[in-house]
This record gives sequence, structure tokens and C-alpha cells, in this order.
Amino acid sequence: MNLATLLSADLPYWAQSLLRVLGGLVAVLLPAGTIVYLFLFKMMSFMQSRLGPMEAGPQGSMQLFAEVGKWLQKEDIYPARADKFIFKLAPLIVLASTFLLVVVVPFGPDALFTNFETGVFYSLAVSSVSVLGILIAGWSSANKYSLLGGLRAAGQLIAYELPMVLAVVGVVIQAGTMNLQQIVVAQNAGSMFGFSSLGNPYVITQFVGFIVFMIAVQAELTQTPFDMPIAESELVSGYMTEYSGFRFLIFFIGEFATAGVFSMIASILFLGGWAVPFSWFGWTTIDSIDNWMNIVGPLILFTKMIVVVFFIMWIRFSYPRFREDQLQKFAWKVLIPVSLANIMVTAILKVAF
Amino acid sequence: MFASDVLIAQNIGFAIIATIMVIGALRVVTTSNVVHAALWLVVVLAGAAAQYILLAAEFVAITQVLVYIGAVMVLFLFGTMLTRARIGAESDLNNKNWYFGIPVALALFVAMAMALDSGFGSQKMPANPAVATTQEISDQIFGPYLLPFWALSFVLLAAVVGAIVLARRD
Repeated sequence: MNLATLLSADLPYWAQSLLRVLGGLVAVLLPAGTIVYLFLFKMMSFMQSRLGPMEAGPQGSMQLFAEVGKWLQKEDIYPARADKFIFKLAPLIVLASTFLLVVVVPFGPDALFTNFETGVFYSLAVSSVSVLGILIAGWSSANKYSLLGGLRAAGQLIAYELPMVLAVVGVVIQAGTMNLQQIVVAQNAGSMFGFSSLGNPYVITQFVGFIVFMIAVQAELTQTPFDMPIAESELVSGYMTEYSGFRFLIFFIGEFATAGVFSMIASILFLGGWAVPFSWFGWTTIDSIDNWMNIVGPLILFTKMIVVVFFIMWIRFSYPRFREDQLQKFAWKVLIPVSLANIMVTAILKVAF
Repeated sequence: MFASDVLIAQNIGFAIIATIMVIGALRVVTTSNVVHAALWLVVVLAGAAAQYILLAAEFVAITQVLVYIGAVMVLFLFGTMLTRARIGAESDLNNKNWYFGIPVALALFVAMAMALDSGFGSQKMPANPAVATTQEISDQIFGPYLLPFWALSFVLLAAVVGAIVLARRD
């Protein structure tokens, strides 16, 4: 049976909503857990010639549950002079932005939360909401290091949001749509010079856009070459300094879940998303896709996400941090002109062919 | 109490969001902390975005979130936090001429209500109003409205250049 008919016809509204909420939780928490274990624990340890956590479970695979249990047991403390309500609200805004982001990600031909016509635009808009949470987290902590971290984060996230938006415009021009599902279809139903067995993944035609997008994602996630906001040698831990227990856990989940969701969006925009090239199975349109893609599609997307996160983490563990002025110069004087040039070239080629 | 076509989901949603927006707007001017005022303003702007969604104007709604919440309010908070944003209540936030604002607000409300009334009067929404998709909006902007769009872009560009000129020290 088709998943769409199952979800729309046979279940009452509350059951559909419950399924969607559960699906959203899985789509946010599963990538976050995988990324933390696979990359933060094991890959980082490998690159530093150590074993990493080994005690909890085989190869330390249960370490995450131990960590979460530890964080949940901690006392919920806040600084005496903090703005309590806003201090408690801030991590929730950051996590809410992640959940809003996952809503438009398509996982299969019918396995999606919403088929939003302007999905690309929406995802870029709601990802900018997290800046607000980070900024007020820094301010409400009543700590100068937190405030400095929050201000640095805001400056950096705004600066790198622009190249991110501009890098995506190239993809939107080439696909002719802002619907993420149709961008996936356009890549896998397409062909390069009549050669269709690879589809037309935009990572090839939009290579410049892909590089700019990935650099901007690295900065949006405040991963290491761009970790000025939480620079531990200068600012203790930036806007997160005063957070402990489960509020820190929310920031932590938010960071890695957002890494997962951004990587999913990157794989959808540039690597063909959940689908395989349609010519492999003789599909032509989205309606002719076999139903088993609803099960395999999420796995394909998950694999692509892991590959993208691998590169993000590889860079994170390899490079030292940018200075604040280098960071701003790089965004405004290199990435934005490059992505604007990319838009112009893409538009000219689109009209020419 | 209500006619059967008043108590529908859209109207109830509108009422809830509008109530939150009005409370938020009042708190913006009555709260005694600058950052709290800014955050209440975020509530109002997010409410406006939600109202646009109710009107099936998704492009405007997303633009509202991207521009106002993601950029304008963040810059606003950024600016306040760099200059003066103490934690806790501040007593000297009120301008002593604040009540001059009331007649201005009332006049604005009356003017807008009259404009709406004379413009639309007793017209009713069609039963199935055509929803403008994002593509149609872009076709309009880059078609018949291209010249005003360019003019606006130049105004913004001039503002950006002006800001840079003001900020440069050399």
C-alpha cells in the first residue's frame, strides 16, 4: 500500500499528527546521536591516536546514553543575576529552529512531513531563528564571556547566512523550483549531455555553489575553523558558559542535530537527496517510483548525510580557528562575490541552453 | 451567538494569533527592559508571519521570518547589547512625552480603517480566492513591476553605501 494513502486516508488526524511528531523526533535525534558517536567520539579519537569511550557497551556505543543520563541527573542551575526566564527560554529557541528545519526535508517519494512549495526559502528562513536563541542565551547569562560569545555568534551567523542563501540560488535557478522534493526529482530525472545513468547531481554543475554552501554551513554550525563564538581558550565556552545539566544537553543536541539537518539539505540540494538516478529502474516521474523507495530513500539520504557530516567533522578536527577579522573578511570579500558570480554564470547558462 | 460561517478554523486561528499580537505589542511599550521589549516585538512579528500563513501568503510569511526575525531583530538586539542592555528593570526608559503617541496611533488607526472601508466597503471575499503562488509573485515583480523593483534596489544600495561612508574612519 502507498504510504501517502496510508497516512492521509486510513488514520484519524490525531494519529497522523502523532506519527509526524514521532517521525520528527527520530529525524532530529537519530542523526544527532549517530554524528556524536561516530564522529565526535570515535573519529576524533582516531585522529588523535586514542581509543575514545570504550567502557559503556561494545566499542563504547552506549556511551551516549550514559552521557545523557548524566546530564539529566544534574541540578538545573542558573547564575544569581541572570534573567531567569530568558535564560531558560534560549536553548529551546535553538532546538525549535532545528525541528522547524526538519519539517521540509523529503525522505522519500511519499515519506515527507510537508511538500512545501518554497521549501528552500523556508529552510533558510527558519535556520536564522536560532541566532536569536544564541544571542539571548549570551545576554541573559549575566557573564561577559557569554555576552561576547553571543555577539560573536550573531555577527558570524548573519555574515555567513548571505553566502548560504546566494549559493542555493544557483541550484534554484538550475532546477527551476524552490520545492525540495522537485529539486530531488530534477536531479535524478535529469541527464548530463544525454548520459543519464548518473542523473544530474548539482554537485557537478553547481560545484562552486556546493563549496560555498558547505563553507557557510561549517560557519553556521560554528564548527572549528569558525568556532570564534565558543572559542574555549578565550571565552570559556562562549554563550554556553553558564549552561549545565539538561539545558546544556539541549544546546548540544541542537548543535549536532542541526549539523545533521543541514547535511541532509546539502545532500538534497547537491547530491540527489533520497533518490537514485531514475533511469536505473526505468522511472520517469515521481509518481512512477516504486513504493519500496519510501523505505530505502531515508536510508540513502541518511548515508549521504553521514558522508557530508564526515567532511564537516574532518575539517573541524584538522584546522585551527580563524581570527574574527579574517572570518568576516572571508565571508564578505570572498564568499559573497564568488556566489554572486556563480548566480550570474548559472543564469546566463540557463538562458543560453 | 455567531453565524455558522464565522466560527471556522481560520477565524479562530486569527483571533488567537491577533490576541497574542495585541498583548505582545502592549508589552513592547510597557515592559521595563530593552531586551524584553525587543523579544516581545519578535512575538508580534512572528504573529504577523502566522497571519500571512493563514492568508495563504507563504512567500510573504517566510520573508517576514527571514527579514524581520532573522535579520532586523537580531541586529536590533546586537546593537542594544553592544551599547546598553542591563539585566533587570530600568526606570528611565519612558520618554516623558509618551502620551503624544496616543492621538497619533488613534489617527493612524482611523485613517487605515477608513481607507479599508472606502476601498472594499461591503465587498466579500470570493468563496475560493485564487492563491498567488511564489512563481506568480516573481513573475509580477520581474515583469510589470521591474522598474519600481530596480528603483527600490537602488534606494537600498544607496543606503548601504551611505552606511559604509559614515562608518569609515579614513
